[in-house]
Amino acid sequence: MSLLAAERIKLFSTRAPWWCTALAIVASLGFAVVFIIFGGDEIPVTVSNTQTASSFGLTVILVLAVLAAATEYNWGTIRTTYQAVPKRAPALLAKAAVVSLWCGLVGLVIGFGSWGLGVLLKPDADLALNSAADWRAVAGQGLVFLFTGVLGVGVGMLLRSTALALTVTLVWTQLVEGLVFLIPGIGRDIYEWLPFFSAGQFIGGSLTTSALNLGELPLGPLGYGAYYASICVVLFVIGVVMNQVRDA
Amino acid sequence: MIEATGLTKRYGATVAVDNLSFKVNSGRVTGFLGPNGAGKSTTMRMILALDTPNAGKVSIDGKHYREIHHPLRTVGALLDATWRHPGRSARDHLRWMAVSNKIPIKRVDEVLNIVGLTSVAKKKAGGFSLGMLQRLGIATALLGDPEVLLFDEPVNGLDPEGILWIRQLMHALAAEGRTVFVSSHLLSEMAQTAQDLVVIGRGKLMYQGTVDEFVTRATKESVKVRSPHLPMLRMALSERDVPFEDLGDSLLVSEMDSDGVGELAFAAGVTLHELSPTRGSLEEAFLQLTGEAVEYHAESGT
Repeated sequence: MSLLAAERIKLFSTRAPWWCTALAIVASLGFAVVFIIFGGDEIPVTVSNTQTASSFGLTVILVLAVLAAATEYNWGTIRTTYQAVPKRAPALLAKAAVVSLWCGLVGLVIGFGSWGLGVLLKPDADLALNSAADWRAVAGQGLVFLFTGVLGVGVGMLLRSTALALTVTLVWTQLVEGLVFLIPGIGRDIYEWLPFFSAGQFIGGSLTTSALNLGELPLGPLGYGAYYASICVVLFVIGVVMNQVRDA
Repeated sequence: MIEATGLTKRYGATVAVDNLSFKVNSGRVTGFLGPNGAGKSTTMRMILALDTPNAGKVSIDGKHYREIHHPLRTVGALLDATWRHPGRSARDHLRWMAVSNKIPIKRVDEVLNIVGLTSVAKKKAGGFSLGMLQRLGIATALLGDPEVLLFDEPVNGLDPEGILWIRQLMHALAAEGRTVFVSSHLLSEMAQTAQDLVVIGRGKLMYQGTVDEFVTRATKESVKVRSPHLPMLRMALSERDVPFEDLGDSLLVSEMDSDGVGELAFAAGVTLHELSPTRGSLEEAFLQLTGEAVEYHAESGT
């Protein structure tokens, strides 16, 4: 418990997490409003489509998690942390727990916030949460954001440099995933296994799937959710192991 | 008590710490002396289990650092004053450390008061001067009221008043029976701060013992002799096995005082133009000692 408390103090005693949180919520909900109002016939207002803008928030939350871990290496506080917790792994687990819980909370705010805006702005649209898919689209954001928090901490711990970790995550989310799709021949097959595409499928990426004309996918939404979660956890575990072995 | 045995750390082909064994006793300030790059910081990082040695081990009161429960309450350390998040306040920095080791929060304000940072406790550490950062670093070391304290070059960036303050603080900590291990590359500073010394050069142990003994031994008296009959004097000294250094137009005789050299010269019929006792400075002695380490290193490399 004391380690969780220590990591909580660390996370909330600097400005970046607050800014990232505010930006994630404002950007996601702001774009959600734009989609809902100006979607027209191309993007009908369904439960799943109210969540289209959550990917903005997801990217910002990934940055928050990367920063929470990577800045510790940049400023040397990771060594102070290991001085306080020389077994290392408990401190890293506590960090991942605190950061990912916060990210999950932000995900719930964005999920229910976007859906709520839909209900508010289009009272005529059918936005009742009456299927498992509907609940996954809204409440599922909590899980996706939570595991993204784990992923960000893992990447920060592995790359041990704020600049490097931010570059890698932003290039990956903003460029690589999109460009892989364009590789002739195999691009599509690889794309179906990329992490953020998978996270989207768990939420219910009917828009992406139909827009990209992907057809039959290898996994169902729950399968994709489990797949995304395991990528995040595996990266984090590799990060912990590397930190146990390396000199700080 | 800190005890290192056969401690060795290699970075690629470079040997930073080479089979280093030493003991640091409680109730005394022990200086850890060596030129820049001698391996002092690496050794301190190995004491705190931040770096893993390639060979050997180091223990604190018989325990490896990783075996100590809530280690901040046993070992306090200032290794690098810049290890803080610039966006976090001094108080928050100490607060998370305290919470992680179940140290009461009121201790945070106590140590801030001890180091004189109470007025800037809520200011971001990014705006701190090097002197203020050193004080914050000392506050982190004192936080857990530990029995063992490590300080790596604590006077860097401090003004004379701050240097005096640290010196008195260390004496006070040692007087309370704590183990105080403080590194420096300045011998004159250590001569005033420490009672015991561990001196290293190129990662190897050069000396371990009291400061007084080190100073006496290192700055031993020598006698400078100028004479038109140097070859005869050399022979006379060699016969008595008195070591000397040839300076060209004069000799530097050690292990014999000026009376002895004068009498020896008279007996050998040597005319003296100069006979002057000299005592080397502390810094010279230190350079000589670590210079030997450099020489030895070069020989072993061939």
